[in-house]
This record gives sequence, structure tokens and C-alpha cells, in this order.
Amino acid sequence: MISILLILFVSLFFTGVIIRTKSIASGRKGPGIMQPVKDVIRLFRKGSVYSETTSVIFKIAPVIYFSSVLMACLVIPFGPYKGIVSFDGDFIFFAYILALGKFFSIISAMDTGSSFEGMGASREALYSMFAEPAFFILIGSFALLTGNTSFYEIFSTLHLGTSITYMLGAMAAFVLLMIAMIENSRMPVDDPRTHLELTMVHEVMILDNSGFDLGLILTAGYLKFAMYGAIIAGFFIGGLSLIWAVPVFLLIQLLFAVMVGLIESFMARFRMSHNAQFILALSSVSFLIFLGVLLVLEKFV
Amino acid sequence: MINFLLIIVFAALFSILFFNSKVKGIIALSTIAIIASISSYIAIGALTGPAYELYFSGTDLFGKVLLKIDALSAWFILTINFTIVTGAIYGFNYMKRYSERKSDITLHCIAFVLAHFTLLGICSVQNGFIFLLLWEIMAISMFVLVIFDHHKPDTIKAGINFLVQSHVSIVFIMLGFIYVAFKTDNYSFDAIVSFTNQQSTLAGTALFLCFFIGFAIKAGFVPFHTWLPYAHPAAPSHVSGIMSGVVIKIGIYGILRMLLLIKTDYTTIGYFILFISIITGIYGVMLATIQHDLKKLLAYHSIENIGIIGIGIGVGCIGLGSVNKWMAILGFSGALLHTLNHSLFKSLLFYSAGNVLQAAHTVNIEKLGGIIKKMPHTSILFLIAAIAICGLPPLNGFSSEFIIYGGLYNWLYSANLLSLLGIVFSVGGLVFIGGLAMLCFTKAFSIVFLGTQRDSSVPEIHETGFWQLFPMYLTVTLMIVIGLFPSFFINILQSPVNLFTHHIIFNLNLIKVGAIDSLRTVNWIFFGFILLIILILLIRKYFSAKKVIETGPTWGCGYSNTGSKIQYTASSFVRSYSKLAKPLLEIDKKEIEISEVFPGEKHFKTDSYDKIEHFFIDYPLKLIEKITNLFLFLQNGQLQRYILYGIIFITAVLTIPLIFEKILTILHFLNNL
Repeated sequence: MISILLILFVSLFFTGVIIRTKSIASGRKGPGIMQPVKDVIRLFRKGSVYSETTSVIFKIAPVIYFSSVLMACLVIPFGPYKGIVSFDGDFIFFAYILALGKFFSIISAMDTGSSFEGMGASREALYSMFAEPAFFILIGSFALLTGNTSFYEIFSTLHLGTSITYMLGAMAAFVLLMIAMIENSRMPVDDPRTHLELTMVHEVMILDNSGFDLGLILTAGYLKFAMYGAIIAGFFIGGLSLIWAVPVFLLIQLLFAVMVGLIESFMARFRMSHNAQFILALSSVSFLIFLGVLLVLEKFV
Repeated sequence: MINFLLIIVFAALFSILFFNSKVKGIIALSTIAIIASISSYIAIGALTGPAYELYFSGTDLFGKVLLKIDALSAWFILTINFTIVTGAIYGFNYMKRYSERKSDITLHCIAFVLAHFTLLGICSVQNGFIFLLLWEIMAISMFVLVIFDHHKPDTIKAGINFLVQSHVSIVFIMLGFIYVAFKTDNYSFDAIVSFTNQQSTLAGTALFLCFFIGFAIKAGFVPFHTWLPYAHPAAPSHVSGIMSGVVIKIGIYGILRMLLLIKTDYTTIGYFILFISIITGIYGVMLATIQHDLKKLLAYHSIENIGIIGIGIGVGCIGLGSVNKWMAILGFSGALLHTLNHSLFKSLLFYSAGNVLQAAHTVNIEKLGGIIKKMPHTSILFLIAAIAICGLPPLNGFSSEFIIYGGLYNWLYSANLLSLLGIVFSVGGLVFIGGLAMLCFTKAFSIVFLGTQRDSSVPEIHETGFWQLFPMYLTVTLMIVIGLFPSFFINILQSPVNLFTHHIIFNLNLIKVGAIDSLRTVNWIFFGFILLIILILLIRKYFSAKKVIETGPTWGCGYSNTGSKIQYTASSFVRSYSKLAKPLLEIDKKEIEISEVFPGEKHFKTDSYDKIEHFFIDYPLKLIEKITNLFLFLQNGQLQRYILYGIIFITAVLTIPLIFEKILTILHFLNNL
């Protein structure tokens, strides 16, 4: 319960922090931290425009996309406290429910019959396909390390002790950070600020959404960030008591948001055609983590 | 009861000859209904209680025949019955527009009933000889069903391809049965058990592999899959549905049955099946993604799903070999549940494709588009099946894949280095299959059903009639029930899975209940998910009640002259993927480059070709053809030459022994010198 409240709380500020970091890095004052939330609230109050080409899929997809992200948030634990739902293999459920949301956002983009939205849909489908093995091998490695297959049990029994496990933790945080960037369509895979439809991924998919639907999609994006931040934090707050865990959690989320902002300020986006290779390379980093876990468990003999 | 069933079948087959097309269909339909209800009754009994056994007094040739329906047979019989019955109802309406082709309909009806009957027979008979007979009748009746459109050369070609490969499969299965019968002088399945118990595990493994190849051809494991992508598109849609839904599953049944009968080294077999299944799954879905023919795309997805089922069987076998009971239970449960699930959503997908084919007269997805507005039922049914086949929650595909994942992660607890690598590659493979399936089905669904019509030559499209949709709704209901209440079906699966695992004693260190218990939790989460969606829809309705909801053209980023040609096509949707996969797949690209200052019309066409088929079938065939062509001069059509060959043959037969005898005499003489 506490985890979902914290995720909801963090998601209010997350994107604002990113935007603020970017503004400061480029020497501007920038909007207030609550600005993205205000934007969303304004969107919720607006009417919508639907394309004549679209069908019922286009209307229902944002709702399913948002619900899937919210459901995925439910399985995430907070240190020693379970998520609202927790069972063996819940990370499979986590990945697949997110995939369901993605399925709908892809087909809703195709529903408009636009010449651009198909482009984004095709890219998103390809990238998420390549990102998933990395996630599964990563969590699988930690399942092997801890002997458990649910988020809660993995995080609560994970003890970073030897130097090699710290390295594994850092690598895992890197992979998760990258997966979060891919899933949220951020740098270096996608640039949300781009103004050319040909170079967008996620933004081009939602060109036709407006009003409440667009608000839902944006909210889902904020939630997704906080959700991945919570997973990354999960690696470090497993053994802490609540009084320490909450500040550490918030600190990690803040660091995560600032990092995203800095990456977006100082890094150029990859060439579209190189993205797939980059994402596939994440799987090999996950595989390295797996081999590291084998080393820790002394399976190499 | 069985005798009664036999009489009904033969009476029906005979009477089909005499009536007009409609009555033929009704007779076939009711016969199938009777067969299905009787066999389902027996099967439900066998699934919940003891196995059903019946002895026939056989002949001298093959001895006493045992008809036994145990839990495994029962599971397959129920699966077959459901798909065949829905397929028959669908087919009855689907074939109405061919009613003037009376003789074809007769043959079709007879073959359909025979196929159903023999499929059930294969699942229950415990005698190799009868098994082969039924297998052959099944193969031939399926051939007849496939070539319904026999005036098309492609259909005949696909049918013959199917027939040839069926017989290659029969040869392997026959080899296995005859080898055992030769050694034990007995065709019954019990002989296989006692024979392999006496032999070394190596002999058992060899025998299993022989059966495996035979059944793998029918099931469509790579590299034995090449008949599938031809036969499925060629057949009428309900036949494709049952072929993909149950006929290829009979190969899975065969493999599972042989696993029960043959005592062998389960770990080695498990690794073998796992390896070949991962390859099958990935290769199937990789090729599916680049197909433009909807039915061919679905056929390649059958190969992929056979791979997923195979991964389950492989995990189960390794569980048996390494005495990890939960792993075995999860592996086999996952495989069996996915068998049922795949038969449901794949038949549904084929029926939907059939509706599209009948309405638009094409299944080339590049020509379609925007069908959701004209055929809303078909579209939504296709969408649900597409979500299910991608293994996404809350539908049935997720439950079975979740259990297989559970088995794989359960493997972690008893792992050495080799098996750990096995886990990584299987999990990675399974995830990759899931991701690609999503790419493929978002493509198929959105290009066919969404957007606007891409080709103006397609005629006006109308929704199909109620009776054709009814079996589809039946199927989708069962799919949703499995998706929302998987634990009920898992409980039913206990008895077939027990056949495999009953002799394993629990190793207390390895107890980890895992995925099966989790699925019970997942039940409730799915309800929560659906409630959440409804809640948000209501909130949206409340918020937008007083707001202006407009419609307008799609936002073209400033470009106002939009048309249907401007949409993304299937090829462009998977372009980045096919560029990446190019080294592994064979994609034929025909393109006319722009060359002049004022270029003419530009054309672009892609065709994909199966690389494995190219290397393992076409290339050897060409070689054989080349060698045999050297002797082509012998066959020149002149009668006197053939007579001459005859004379040469007879002379040779007569003289060779004589000459041989003379040589012997000379040798004898030389020895005596």
C-alpha cells in the first residue's frame, strides 16, 4: 500500500524535476515543478477532437494504457512492505500487463490511418520487443541470486554485501535506467522535444489524442517514471527501516529524475537505425549480470 | 457404446451420398455432434475418475486391441471435440456458398467426419498397427479437406506437399512401431513399455527420437515445418482452423504419449526438445512477422505456438529427469493448457480470416484496411484472439505462458551451470517470441482492420451472418473463461499431468509451489483490472459529458491532401525489423528505382522465403533431381526401347546366376590347382 502511495506522490514531481533540471542546465529559469501536473489537469477539463478515421479502439486505448500502468505499479513493493499484490512470478505479470497497454497504444496509433503515427507505432513495437529480454534476464538473475521469484521477496532478501554484488547492483540500476528511458521514450532512444514527426517515437503516436485521453497518456508516462524509479530504489532499500527507507527512496527518485534531465541536456539522440542495436546491447549487459550472479553463487567450478 | 458409435459413423457416411448439399452438411454436423457428445462423456469420466478401457478381439495380425482413454487422451479428446464442433458449425455456414459443387461437398463432409473420428481414435487406441491405420486415414481425409479448391493449381500443390510430408511422418512412426513389434512380436503399446524397460536407455532414446521426428513433422517443429505454411492458406478457413487447432496437436499428443510409454533418459530428451522448441518458436514468429498473406502469417504462428508448447514439454521432461516434481508439473501443465489455448485462439483467428476472405475476396493484408467499421464483430473477435495469442493478460494465452515461465524459474532451484544457461536461453527465447508476436499481431490487426481501405479493387464488405459468428463467440467465451479462471482448468489438468509425475517423490528441498498458486491470485487481479478500466471509462464519461467532442480529419502535420495511400503499410510497419533480421531470413525485394528527372510510377514488392525450407528441402531435392536426370535418356517414350529393357532385364535375371555359378566353378578349379 505504502509503495503505491509513494509512487503516486513521486509521479507528481518527477517530470517537473526533469524539466527543471533541463532548464537550469541550459541556463534558463524554467517552469515550476508542478507545471506538468497542471498541464494534465487542464487537459482533463478539455473537450476532445477525434479523427473520422478512428474507431472504438482509439477511444478505449488510452484508458487501457493508463490502467495497465496503474496495475503494474501495484505489484511494486517498498522495501520490507509488500505491494498491493505480490505473488511468485509477479514480475512476469508486471511485464505482460505493460505489454498489453503498449499493444493498445500501438493499435490506437495505427487506427488514425496517419502517415506518421504508423512510424512511431512500428518503432515502439520494435524497441519494446528488444527491451523485454533484458528485463527478464535481469530479474531472473536476481531471482537466482535470492532464490525467490517475486519483486517483494527479491528486494527484501537481496543483500548487497561483497564488492562484486555492489557492481551487480550498479549494473542492474544502469539497465533499469535504460529500460525506463526506452519505455518512456526518452533520450538517448527518443527525444520528446523533437519537432519533426519523422524523428519521434512515442510523441508521434499520440499526435491525434486530445483532451482527457491525452491527459491519461501523459499521466501514465509520469507514473511509469516513478514506477521504474521505485524498482531501482528497491535494490537499495531492502534492509532499511521505514524511517530511513522513505527519505532514501525519495532521494533515489530525485537523483533518477535529475540524471534523466542531465542526460537529455548533454547527450545527443542516437540515430534511429542504431537504436535497435543499442537496445539489444542491454540484453548483453543483463547477461553479464547473470554471469556475475553465477560468480557470486560459485556455480563456475 | 463404441460399436454404436461405429455404426452411426458408417451409416452417416453412407447416407451423405444421397442428399442435396444442405442435408449433407446437416448429416455431417449431427454425426459430429453425436460423436463429440459420446466421446466427451467418456472423456470427462476419464478425466475425473478411472481410465476407460475396452478390449476388442483382434486378428492374428495385430493381436488384441486395447481402447483406453486415460486422462491424457481425455484432455486431447475434449480439446479436439470443442474445436471440431465449432469448426463444423462455422464450416457448415462457410460452405453454403459452394453448395452447387455437390460432389465436392460430399467428399468434404465425408472427410470431415472421418477426420474427427480418426483423430479421436488416435487419441484412444493402444495398438501400433491400428494407430498407423487411423493415422493414415486421418492424413488422407485431411488431404481431401485441404484440396477443396482443387481447381487452383496452388491448392493442389500445397495438398500434395502435405500428403508427401504426412507420409514421411508415417514412415518414421511406422519404423518405431515395427521395430518394437519385430522385437516383441506384439503391436500393443504395453509392448513398447516392457521392451524399453529391458533395453538400455540409449536404445530408448533412439526409439523416442524416431517417434519424435514422425510426430514433429505433423506438429510442425522446425525444420519439419515446411508443409504448414502451404497447407493452411490453401485449405478452406474452417479446415485451416481445425488443422492448426487440433491436427498439428495430434503430433504433440503423440510425443506426450511416447514420453509416457518409452523409458529413456528424460534429461537428455528434455534438453533436446527444449532446444528444438526454442528454435521452432523463434523461427516461426520471425517468419510470421514478414508475411503479407494473413492465413500464411497465422500458419507461421502455429509453428511458433508449437514451439511454446514444446518448451513446456521440454521443461517437464527435464523436471522428470532431475526429479524436480514442481518443474515437471508446471512444464506439462503449461504445455497441455497451451495446447487447449492455442486450439481456441488459432481456430478463432482462422475463422476471422475466413470471414475477411469471404467478404473481401483476398487475405493479402496490404490490400485491406478499415474493416472494423464494416465488420465490427469479426474485428473485435480477431482482436481478442490476437491479444490472447500474444500471451497478454487477462486472456488465456497468458495463463499457459505464465505457467511455463513458472516452470522455467522453478528450474533455478535445482540448477547446475548447463541448466542455468538453458534457463537464460529459454526465458530469453520465450520473451523474444512474445515481443515478436506482439509486433506481428499489432501489424496484422491494425493493417487489416484499422485505418482506411488500402486498395480500391476490394469489393464492398459486409459483416458475416449470425450462424458463422456464433461458433466464434462460443470459442471466445471459453477463452475468456480460461483467462479469468485459469486455476479451475489447472485443477482439471492435475490428472493428465499426474500420469507423468506420479512416480516422482517430492524432494523436500525443492518444494516451491510457484506459478500455480500465483495464478489463483492473478484471477482476482484480472477482475480488478477490468473494474479499473470500467471505472476510468466512467470517469471519462463524467468529465467529458458537458465538453465539446468534435470529429475531424486525421492530423496530417500540416499536410491536408490525405488519402488512404498515405497510410503505413504492413511492409513499412515491419521494415526496421526486417532490415535487422535480413541475415537470417530470405526476403526477396523487387524494386524499380527512380532514375529520370521526371520519374514514372514506382513499384515496390517484397516476398519472403523460408530459408530452412530452401536448405533442407529444396536444395537436396534439386541435387537428387540432378543425379536422376543423368538417367533421363533411358526414359524416351519409344515402346521398342522399353521392350528392349524388359528383354535385358529377363536375360540378366536368368544369366546372372548362371555366370555366378560358372565363376564359382572356376574359383573352385583354381583353388584345387
